[in-house]
Amino acid sequence: MEKDTKHGLNRRKFIISSVQAVGLSMIGGLVWGAYVSEDKSSPIVLRPPGALKEEDFVKKCIKCGLCVEACKHRPNNPNPGTATLALGTPGGHKPKKSTPHIYPDKVPIGTPYFVPREVPCYMCQNIPCTVACPTGALEPNKVTSIKNGRKVLDINKAKMGLAVIDMESCIAFWGIQCDACYRACPVIDKALTIEYMKNERTGKHAYLVPVVHSKHCTGCGMCEYACVTEKPSIFVLPIHLAKGKAGSHYVKGWEKKVDVKLKPQTFHKTKKSEKSPEEYLNTEDLFNE
Amino acid sequence: MNSNKILKFLYKHRFLLSRRIVQLSILFLYFAGNAYGWTILKGNLSASLFMETIPFADPYAVLQMFAAGALVSIDVLLGAFLILFFYAVIGGRAFCSWVCPINMVTDLANWIRKKLKLDKDEWQLRFSRKTRYWILGLSLILSFLLAVPAFEFISPISMLHRGVVFGMGLGWAAVLGVFLFELFVTKNGWCGHLCPLGAFYSLATSKSAIRVYHYQPNCTLCMNCKNICPEKQVLPIIGKENGFVISGECINCGRCIEVCNDDALQFAFRYLPPKGKEKMPAEAELN
Repeated sequence: MEKDTKHGLNRRKFIISSVQAVGLSMIGGLVWGAYVSEDKSSPIVLRPPGALKEEDFVKKCIKCGLCVEACKHRPNNPNPGTATLALGTPGGHKPKKSTPHIYPDKVPIGTPYFVPREVPCYMCQNIPCTVACPTGALEPNKVTSIKNGRKVLDINKAKMGLAVIDMESCIAFWGIQCDACYRACPVIDKALTIEYMKNERTGKHAYLVPVVHSKHCTGCGMCEYACVTEKPSIFVLPIHLAKGKAGSHYVKGWEKKVDVKLKPQTFHKTKKSEKSPEEYLNTEDLFNE
Repeated sequence: MNSNKILKFLYKHRFLLSRRIVQLSILFLYFAGNAYGWTILKGNLSASLFMETIPFADPYAVLQMFAAGALVSIDVLLGAFLILFFYAVIGGRAFCSWVCPINMVTDLANWIRKKLKLDKDEWQLRFSRKTRYWILGLSLILSFLLAVPAFEFISPISMLHRGVVFGMGLGWAAVLGVFLFELFVTKNGWCGHLCPLGAFYSLATSKSAIRVYHYQPNCTLCMNCKNICPEKQVLPIIGKENGFVISGECINCGRCIEVCNDDALQFAFRYLPPKGKEKMPAEAELN
């Protein structure tokens, strides 16, 4: 009898302590999970070349910083001892320049990013950062092209972001001659071109304005770094923020390739009635057809 | 006389000093990897490259990445395997006492705790040492649910280590938190109760070769070893029988061996008890 009570007590104790542990785990998991799911990047974060898309990137990045070290110690670094890439730290990014510029205030800790106005990406031919990644969060295949039947690294394939121009603060649009961004662009005349426009205000001058072409822009940020205005008038945003989308129902009819888009239309052919017109019209249940 | 004293001090702290040297050297090599471009150890404790060729990786971080649903590349798998192999087969939970930078923080807290006589049992928040296994399980569940390696987002270990190598940010707050927790709240609160990385190594390396060996006949029951041990529960055999400390929770720090004045404890290879100390003297006579 006494033994039974003891067993009963033990059983109760076991059940209670199990339930306690489960309860504590759930509370802890709630707080912990809430913190982790809040610790997302600010949407304007720029990742190194070859980075997977953000949600896959944070999953795969082991936060080792090998990309940062590869960036810092590359032989052709114009400013030895500094790196384009930095790792997110608790507390967020602290801007290195006092002048206003865009930077992500939140980056998940330990993951690499860069702020072009502070240090732009110099687009190394051998892409040391992407190659250094041990996990595949930075994927060399995304910055590879095929030359003479062989895969070669091609930094021009990088899509770190897209440069965007504020036409109102860009002084080239005022009529002042400035081509700082154009001259700085590593993909000059492809990613960034200078277009002529007539200056209607003076009637005899030309505007020489920069235009970005998303097909070739890598998002390196050399233009943003070079921009002479106080807050850069050309700046890099992640592609998904920088670009709009017209939708498939708008078609550029004047482009040859568009024919292909039009093709998939199918025409529904109705079978010709076997009845004569009078016969057809005289059927009684015409309304029910 | 004086030099004798110094030698004795060095001898009585031989593992502690070696551990600090190893911990600081590893930390410095990683730091130099980023600061000066040294190539001995690049990266950090999460993943690194040794001598530009051999990859290392934190097996627990890789496990979380699996739970999160990431298929990582072969480099990291190999690196994680090498580290896991070393600790599981040879080193035991030595990561905690010989590599982890937080160990220096918590040891400092415990040293101050002793000096300030904060060591009273009734001032401690007591909770189970098994909590860490719940946290380990929770980290994997959260990694799965949130599809990111969950502990890597809050780990004070990587915050401190990455902070030293790449820049701290507000990471010092987490480290200070661990320090204060160890100092005022619970003795060995972080390393011995909460840390899921330690829990992971406890489970993964309990069959490792290097173990503390206890030779009972020499034991005078002074309990120095139990007083110094950060994981007291691993020393049930003290004064009772010959044998190895078999619990995976032993961090192989060697403090018990240093404080023993009776030559009753030493490091040895498992299944190979030290010569002449395999058996109790009585048994030896019988044979």
